[in-house]
Amino acid sequence: MSARLVLLAALLQALSGLPAIFAGRTRRDRRTGRRDRPAVRTAELASAALAGLGSGVGLVALGGFLAGAGGAPVSLAWGLPGARLDVAVDGLSALFLLPLFVVSGLGAVYATAYWSPARHPRSAPALRGFYGLTTGAMAVVLVARNALLFLAAWEVMALGAYFLVTAERHRPKVRAAGWLYLVATHSGTLALLALFAQLARLHGGSFELAPFPPGLAGTAAGGLVFALALVGFGLKAGILPLHVWLPGAHAAAPSHVSALMSGVVLKMGIYGLVRVLTLFPDPPLAWGLTLLAVGAVSGVLGVAFALGQHDLKRLLAYHSIENIGIIVLGLGLGFAGRTLGQPALVVLGFGGALLHVVNHALFKGLLFLGAGAVLHATGTREMDRMGGLLKRLPWTAATFLVGAVAICGLPPLNGFVSEWLLYLGFLRWTAGSGPGGLTLAAAGAAATLALIGGLALTCFVKAFGAVFLGQPRTNRDEHGRTREAGAMIAPMVALALLCAAIGLAPWAVAPLVDQALRAVGAAGRLAQTAPLGVLGGAQLAVAAAVGLAAWGLSRLVRRGQRQERAATRPTIGGVGTWDCGYAAPTPRMQYTSSSFASWSVGFFHWVLQPRVSAPRLSRQPFPKTARFHGEVPDTVLDRLLLPAFRGGAWLLSWARLLQRGHMQLYLLYLVLVLLFLLSRV
Amino acid sequence: MLHLAVHELLLLLLPPLLLGVIGKTKAAFAGRTGPPLLQPYYDLVRLFQKGSVFSSTTTWVFRAGPAVGLAAALLAGQLVPLGRHAAPVSFPGDVILFVYLFALARFTITAAALDTGSAFEGMGAAREASFGSLAEPALLFGLLALARLAGAFSLGAMLHDPWGAGRLARGPSLVLIAASWSLVFLAENCRLPFDDPNTHLELTMIHEVMVLDHSGPAFGVILYSAAMKLFVLGALLLHVLSPLGGSEPWVDWAVFVAGMLLLAVAIGVVESVMARLRLARVPQALVTASVLSAFGMLLLVR
Repeated sequence: MSARLVLLAALLQALSGLPAIFAGRTRRDRRTGRRDRPAVRTAELASAALAGLGSGVGLVALGGFLAGAGGAPVSLAWGLPGARLDVAVDGLSALFLLPLFVVSGLGAVYATAYWSPARHPRSAPALRGFYGLTTGAMAVVLVARNALLFLAAWEVMALGAYFLVTAERHRPKVRAAGWLYLVATHSGTLALLALFAQLARLHGGSFELAPFPPGLAGTAAGGLVFALALVGFGLKAGILPLHVWLPGAHAAAPSHVSALMSGVVLKMGIYGLVRVLTLFPDPPLAWGLTLLAVGAVSGVLGVAFALGQHDLKRLLAYHSIENIGIIVLGLGLGFAGRTLGQPALVVLGFGGALLHVVNHALFKGLLFLGAGAVLHATGTREMDRMGGLLKRLPWTAATFLVGAVAICGLPPLNGFVSEWLLYLGFLRWTAGSGPGGLTLAAAGAAATLALIGGLALTCFVKAFGAVFLGQPRTNRDEHGRTREAGAMIAPMVALALLCAAIGLAPWAVAPLVDQALRAVGAAGRLAQTAPLGVLGGAQLAVAAAVGLAAWGLSRLVRRGQRQERAATRPTIGGVGTWDCGYAAPTPRMQYTSSSFASWSVGFFHWVLQPRVSAPRLSRQPFPKTARFHGEVPDTVLDRLLLPAFRGGAWLLSWARLLQRGHMQLYLLYLVLVLLFLLSRV
Repeated sequence: MLHLAVHELLLLLLPPLLLGVIGKTKAAFAGRTGPPLLQPYYDLVRLFQKGSVFSSTTTWVFRAGPAVGLAAALLAGQLVPLGRHAAPVSFPGDVILFVYLFALARFTITAAALDTGSAFEGMGAAREASFGSLAEPALLFGLLALARLAGAFSLGAMLHDPWGAGRLARGPSLVLIAASWSLVFLAENCRLPFDDPNTHLELTMIHEVMVLDHSGPAFGVILYSAAMKLFVLGALLLHVLSPLGGSEPWVDWAVFVAGMLLLAVAIGVVESVMARLRLARVPQALVTASVLSAFGMLLLVR
């Protein structure tokens, strides 16, 4: 039943763009050339409703699955050789389907105000279409049990995402980002083709995604599978250094698309990695340790790059790399625990990583939607031009703050729960009686997680502070709109509430995670391995203590002010910031996001290679106008990949020596090749 | 139940006294009489009765900062055992909550500082956040080592007599951790040689410059929670610093209080005889702390 319902949901999602597309085409006034606005608006709402319905059906299917009505898998014949339409829902699919349906449904609602046909008459209908198509394709990816069906849906998703990213094709930067994404995703698909061919070879020609007998993983064939999966799925997930497409694509895409990309599309890479690698019951230790190393590098460098950004959406994109790193750290813990034969580590590692998948989709989706609302109101993504937006966008600011606290892994929200599970796993591993080197690896991983947390905190204080706090740095935002649209606020509030709910009642998601754990073959349940109930209580206590302290402090403040008034001292109102007595501070004197991060960027100077053009101050009494500019480009792309591609292009340019443009020469080549071939016969 | 009450009373009442002891020690070194021992209490009472001035730039984020800081310090105080007594709240993995509560306080206090729109406070917030992220690995390596020593993951079990059996084997690594945590303790509490709590108007300050704009009760709460943080982290440090403990419960309370006061005296001595580090050296000192506690972990593994 669940499988059919999920397919129905995928179909609804995939078709959800049709009303908008057809309304955009047909209802056009011949004489004036204008589209019929009400009809377009109705069609837009119909599309959003269809997508919401699809999400609703999907969530019902998940509810049925969790209630035990899993039902039979669906298997239909398909014309392609080796391919069958094998579809089934298991715990792992369900866990990834949940954020997919939640984020895509809320994004569809958000888009009615954010990317309305009235403001974007050309791109809005197409965006609807591709948004639904990508979502539907992802749902199919998650339930496919046949490699060919998986690959087909994967390609639909990848191409749909390309059109989503390039919604604003008229901008050169967007086209460049889309091109880079296309190159990256197809390189990944190439690796996946090889991967599934290898899997089929190991399976004796069957394209079914079925478990392997023990003993294969440690062989060279198993190692090849691991390497191909890491590259193919890593490119989609954005594991460093395969992340080069990610910041540009996330920044260029419309914000609800960025939320979908970051929250869900990246997770397809994680899903593929988990799905394929857990087909092997006995992973070698090298798998776990490689994943730990890869995750640690992605986590630390992801957040380090994020610190250097002053484009709000690029910053969030780099944080996705960081969070993928945290998830991969957890997977490494899980695989290593399986090799070492420690079920508790497997449960904590996979459990923490998979819960973080859900959590990251929620808070990163929320943050990208918030960034979209800011962009909508100010018309810029440059944080150093913003400031003081909390007063103009109170709802956006409050929900963004929830997302920021959650993504830093701070109590009492959901990010803390998943990171806590990972910490608990690393603590167990450290305290256990394993070999010394491995214990140190676990301790190092835990300390890395702490470092990532500290840096992420710095980065989000910077982002929240630069965007929402203080005073407006430019007057530019006065031209933007100030009213917050309800259709944009509601999805953000919903996501913020979900973040709080998982944070305060972590035991409530344990069944979902337990099902996923069973699907990846982990013996044990989350609630039995980690005291989730107690943690929930502690989180509630944190929330309650914060509330109480705030209430008490406000009482004290009010009493003090009353007493001042009673003593007939004039109450001071409408004062500016004290600023050490400086009488005329201007908004431009505020600390910018770049200056806030300069310490932390300095720590990572060796890898970030920031480009700074600082003015040389003249020694004359009246200094001239000076400009300062600093940016952190993507080192991997600029210093590694682009030079490599340029070198490759240079090498291939030698092939031009053969191509002189003379017909006679080409005929000569043909004759030579024919002679060579004939000589071999 | 009685000991629980003692725990709460000490947590609520003792912290300002530590500040008084530090002040007296410094005064003694400088040949002054100094303010009375109870001066921090008088200050707090006076601040709580004052009116407040809020800059028109600020929002609710500015007012939430001190409240969250106090809540975090209070809750962290519930997780840490004082002396050989059990902590009021203890569960496997509470040690992570302990570390992250201080991170939560750091988030809100730095956000509150940025809310004023002042370059001074932005500067302080940037330093606090950046240096704080370097202190976290040092704290965590030490906690991991203690978890390995105790074979448990709750702060109560980990800190219960880490110097117990096998002192010879544990000694070197505990000494390293104590050295590392002493650095973290001084840095996190904004004491010399990392930060000078006595001056506001220097460009090199960290913590004090963040709270320039807070006044009245809000400022009182900030001072009080800073003292409580000093107390809580001091209690944590005391466990690895000293193998002393009383066999009788009441003797143990006395030993604990004496230990805390001695710690305050030690801070006073450090502040009297040392100069502040150059700001650029602060990250290096914190990385040194991480390396020290990583070595402490390394010695345990072998």
